[in-house]
Amino acid sequence: GPDPLITDVQDWATSTGAGVDATPYGLPIEFESDVVRRNVEWLTADTISSINFTPIHALDGTITPQGCAFERHHSGAIELRKEDYRLMINGLVDTPLVFTYEDLERFPRENRIYFCECAANTGMEWAGAQLNGAQFTHGMIHNMEYSGVPLRTLLNEAGVKTEGKWVYVEGADASSNGRSIPLEKAMDDCLVAFKANGEALRMEHGYPARLVVPGWEGNMWVKWLRRVEITDGPVESREETSKYTDTLEDGTSRKWTWEMDAKSVITSPSPQMPIRHGHGPLVITGLAWSGRGAITGVDVTVDGGRTWTKARLGAPGQDKALTRFYLDHVWTGEEMFLQSRARDETGYVQPTKAQLREVRGLNSIYHNNCIQTWWVNANGEAENVEIS
Amino acid sequence: DAAATASAVVIDGSTDTLDGQGDTTAMVGEDTAAPQGKFGLGRAALPEEIAAWDVDIMPDGRGLPEGSGDVWTGEEVFADNCAVCHGDFAEGVDNWPKLAGGMDTLDHEDPLKTVGSYWPYLSTTFDYVRRSMPFGAAQTMSDDDVYAITAYILYSNDLVDEDFTLSKETFFDVEMPNAGGFIVDDRAETEYPLFSQDPCMENCKESVEITMRAAVLDVTPDEDGEDTGEEAAVAPAADDGTQVASADPVTLAPAAAAPADTAAATEAAPEATEGAAPASEVDPALVASGEKVFKKCKACHQVGDGAKNKVGPVLNGIVGRAAGTGDRFKYSKAMVEAGAGGMVWDEANLAGYLAAPKTFLKGNKMAFAGLKKDDDIAAITAFLKSHP
Repeated sequence: GPDPLITDVQDWATSTGAGVDATPYGLPIEFESDVVRRNVEWLTADTISSINFTPIHALDGTITPQGCAFERHHSGAIELRKEDYRLMINGLVDTPLVFTYEDLERFPRENRIYFCECAANTGMEWAGAQLNGAQFTHGMIHNMEYSGVPLRTLLNEAGVKTEGKWVYVEGADASSNGRSIPLEKAMDDCLVAFKANGEALRMEHGYPARLVVPGWEGNMWVKWLRRVEITDGPVESREETSKYTDTLEDGTSRKWTWEMDAKSVITSPSPQMPIRHGHGPLVITGLAWSGRGAITGVDVTVDGGRTWTKARLGAPGQDKALTRFYLDHVWTGEEMFLQSRARDETGYVQPTKAQLREVRGLNSIYHNNCIQTWWVNANGEAENVEIS
Repeated sequence: DAAATASAVVIDGSTDTLDGQGDTTAMVGEDTAAPQGKFGLGRAALPEEIAAWDVDIMPDGRGLPEGSGDVWTGEEVFADNCAVCHGDFAEGVDNWPKLAGGMDTLDHEDPLKTVGSYWPYLSTTFDYVRRSMPFGAAQTMSDDDVYAITAYILYSNDLVDEDFTLSKETFFDVEMPNAGGFIVDDRAETEYPLFSQDPCMENCKESVEITMRAAVLDVTPDEDGEDTGEEAAVAPAADDGTQVASADPVTLAPAAAAPADTAAATEAAPEATEGAAPASEVDPALVASGEKVFKKCKACHQVGDGAKNKVGPVLNGIVGRAAGTGDRFKYSKAMVEAGAGGMVWDEANLAGYLAAPKTFLKGNKMAFAGLKKDDDIAAITAFLKSHP
């Protein structure tokens, strides 16, 4: 029969809605209240030193809204006023300098879109399929447009001495989360960012200023950046020795594994995004990215890898930024084993879990960029599985 | 060569644009890089300022301060400041990091990575303890105490004798067992050739079998954001998401098998209201400002509905309660004795304790430096009263 939503006059078509200024800085409409960051409580001892996950299953496009972009703190997110912010450049420089926040805003600025992925993203899946949801398996990632000053500009202002080979960066919070970065990278594409997606950084992302280290593991993107020291060698801090090193099967560990390998995941359908509509057209979509450059292609399989189809990219791949892909499929209720496989501009092809385990064993924790499998049943429900 | 490019610009000193050099985004025809050169912004950093912030210790010992600490002093300082999370013998409590043990486990399943079994440089331990510990009271310990704690951690790992004293002079007498256990990232050589082959697109495999299902483990948080794992006690030992990731999924599974922990429900129930202030006494503005001050306490204490014991006890109903009597919390001997001796957390005792936790009650284990302002103490007392 006729649809009452059309034939009956609805309340919203009769009375009036909210006026301007009802929410001077708005949040998403209440109907989207399930699209939020989520924590996995058993992962950590305390939320103050913990991580949560971006709801990538429910987002589209490539830009992550700050309000639902994952958080990772080592001693909690601090409230640091712009007026109280200081950035020091010291070490092997001609003139050690201190900048205020206002100083930062007076340097020439750039706008760049980059993904930031925690090195431990997908880490819980090393030994086997474990968490049911793209948010939990792949949600330690976000992608934002940053406005900020190239780190090179600030280093040049202080004048790097020829003995300077590394920079050591640290934050103003209690953890300080110091990391060593080779000078080449610091002089290349790192930014000291103070805006993301057009607005001020959120507290949880390092307000008022954070470091952006494109393509490299998120731990190096120091928040509340307070100091950059030019050194002749790495400091070998806690975060680059006891953590963020990758132990291989023979007990040897790789260090300085900074770059994030090419990776992709289907965000829908997925365990949190079952197929609710009937048979017929189905949009299969996901995200792909590489720390080594732009994504050049994504292949998708619906039959567990017997055959692969080139997915359509939402827009051409961008350097070290998320790329959205789509496979416009006709679903007739068949069981599916969905996988995606990314390729980047260096020719690197995202490996299977078996291929990765072959090289690295099961204890590497970090840098798990394996192909992910979702098993979709006849009801359209999906589960995280491993397949032969 | 990015570094070379950048230094050329410094020498040049011009503010001309770079014609795309250093520009990492593939854009044709437009120069998107910020102008380079010197801008005369910022001010010289003063020696005292550099000394205050530049506290990192290099692996060769550069940066080590004067001072010393022995194992026995370290045991006391450790018991007071560290044991609440890391255990009396550095063996770790709940999900907090284990600092000792795990020798020769790196090539096993789920290696135990501690200062003794994994950390390659002793400088890292000293640097980290001094800048980031204790959790919730970072940068409050003397250099002597940091030396002592480091000495005790070494002793706990059987790396030094009980009469050992750590100082600049003895720092390199200690051999770190896993110093040779690291290699620099070799993915370009070992993985790229394997993972850059042309991928199969058709007839890639005969059959597809499910080899593992995440649903069997059932460790994914449910829709309400509640954890399906019952309690941290059954979760694997880890201090952050990354370490947990190393755990075998089977060891993550006991959540399903473990008996429901009724303690959680008990702890969530409000404490007896004995001694609580009547609502009329509460000044809402003071309570609100107390809530802000309480941020300093949140690293260790929870309050309100659903509060659980963390590093410190739940503080619901603390005002007016006998010392050391919070439900199911393991207090220090000193605190239990004080309570048994009749000490009640009235306003005067709370004020004294919050101003100087260490001296007010000798031997208690709260690792907090104290609140300097009387206003803060009054505010936090009001806030705590509002949680009877």
